[in-house]
Amino acid sequence: MPNPPHHANTHTRRTVLKSTTVAAASTALLPDAASGAASPAAANPGDVVRVTLSVNGRSRVVDVEPRVTLLDALRERLGLTGTKKGCDRGECGACTVLVDGERIKSCLTLAVMRRGSEITTVEGLADGDRLHPVQAAFIRHDAFQCGGCTSGQIMSAVACVREGHTGSEAEIREWMSGNLCRCACYQNIVAAVADAAREVRR
Amino acid sequence: MDFLRPTTLAEALAAKAERPDLVPIAGGTDVMVELNFDHRRPPGLLDLTGIAELARWSADGDVLRVGAAVPYARIVQDLGDRLPGLAMASRTVGSPQIRNRGTVGGNLGSASPAGDTHPVLIAGDAVVEVASARGARSIPADEFYLGVKRSALEPDELITAVRLAAATGPQQFAKVGTRNAMVIAVCSFAVSLHPERLRVGAAVGSAAPTPRRASAAEEFLSAELTSAGLWESREPLPDSVQRRFGELVAEAASPIDDVRGSAAYRRHALAVLARRSLGWAWREHSGGGNERCA
Repeated sequence: MPNPPHHANTHTRRTVLKSTTVAAASTALLPDAASGAASPAAANPGDVVRVTLSVNGRSRVVDVEPRVTLLDALRERLGLTGTKKGCDRGECGACTVLVDGERIKSCLTLAVMRRGSEITTVEGLADGDRLHPVQAAFIRHDAFQCGGCTSGQIMSAVACVREGHTGSEAEIREWMSGNLCRCACYQNIVAAVADAAREVRR
Repeated sequence: MDFLRPTTLAEALAAKAERPDLVPIAGGTDVMVELNFDHRRPPGLLDLTGIAELARWSADGDVLRVGAAVPYARIVQDLGDRLPGLAMASRTVGSPQIRNRGTVGGNLGSASPAGDTHPVLIAGDAVVEVASARGARSIPADEFYLGVKRSALEPDELITAVRLAAATGPQQFAKVGTRNAMVIAVCSFAVSLHPERLRVGAAVGSAAPTPRRASAAEEFLSAELTSAGLWESREPLPDSVQRRFGELVAEAASPIDDVRGSAAYRRHALAVLARRSLGWAWREHSGGGNERCA
């Protein structure tokens, strides 16, 4: 990810099509999930709820069925496709995002459960053209091949560094154990995390 | 699918009384897998993450009360000194991301025989607190599990907390898996020494339709330690005692052959885990282990 767009509001054909559909669907009055959600009338089967998510410092409104995961909301509704779907069952870590600073798997949480949370995706790490130290370290150490797991690895590494679990190679491996790399770039990933930790501490 | 997000326990219990078919969700690490793969289509979800009181732990004298929605990461961070067994088991759950969200309440709610915290709860004589609009009740951990993914929880009830005494002696937890992270246990074992009661707690996981107390092993070891005066003398455990303890733990299991391992392997591995875990726990009880003894 040499130059991730700061905010993914660049419309591809696909996102335009999707947002048109959603706009058409949302002409009906939508129950606001932020208020009165405890009332069973708030969402009937097939109902769409309006959810306000705070993503990378921006407030974003999505209209989703309650069963939509945070991962699908980010990718399919907000066009933030940096977060990847690998296994959809919490095993691979490709969908890792930060919620209120903590790393979680976005496939294992519903978008409606994340109202009021501050969500950070890989698109929100860089400061304009200036990469986050972890992103820069991944490039320096060639810590990826196909890139499928990379955004998850990077998000997990950002939290790992912040948590202070980078004292040794063994410690990094243990605390990065929730992220699988099918290309087996682990050697370089561990080196990148260690290097980023040094850089952040500096 | 309905989605309800109560902000108080009373609201949640009222909703569950009216709609017992609502599926509670907190960390989501089990429920979401079932939803994503369409293994389950609940008519509604009851999101418990807005209820502050479920996400707290507190100490009442020597008894710790851990709210059902306290994530594993917090247990590891906050309670490692007082509940070392539970913290050890929590630390083996999934991965850092899973431990930031997964909860003991969810482990109990799923009631999978392979749930990591179950053997610890049984060995530590934990009590599961459940509540409904009808009132609250306490269920001893070893009476909570009824079968594979079945528990004593009634349809209108929610798990609110687990209560267990702060450790008075060493505790250990061990499990077998293909790697350290992201595994479902092939088998697991927990042991707690309770010197003040001259008792040993021991339980197996992932080796029977439910997590299970190893009663014969507990009684054997408690009697051996007491009759030989080992609780006070803290002398090294005879090898024969450790081995017999391991055998009795293995006998408590009734494992099956499945994709993760054979029944024979599970029995063998449990005997080894039990013997080793007891060795670690006893070394701690002896205060400093081999260096001091030698």
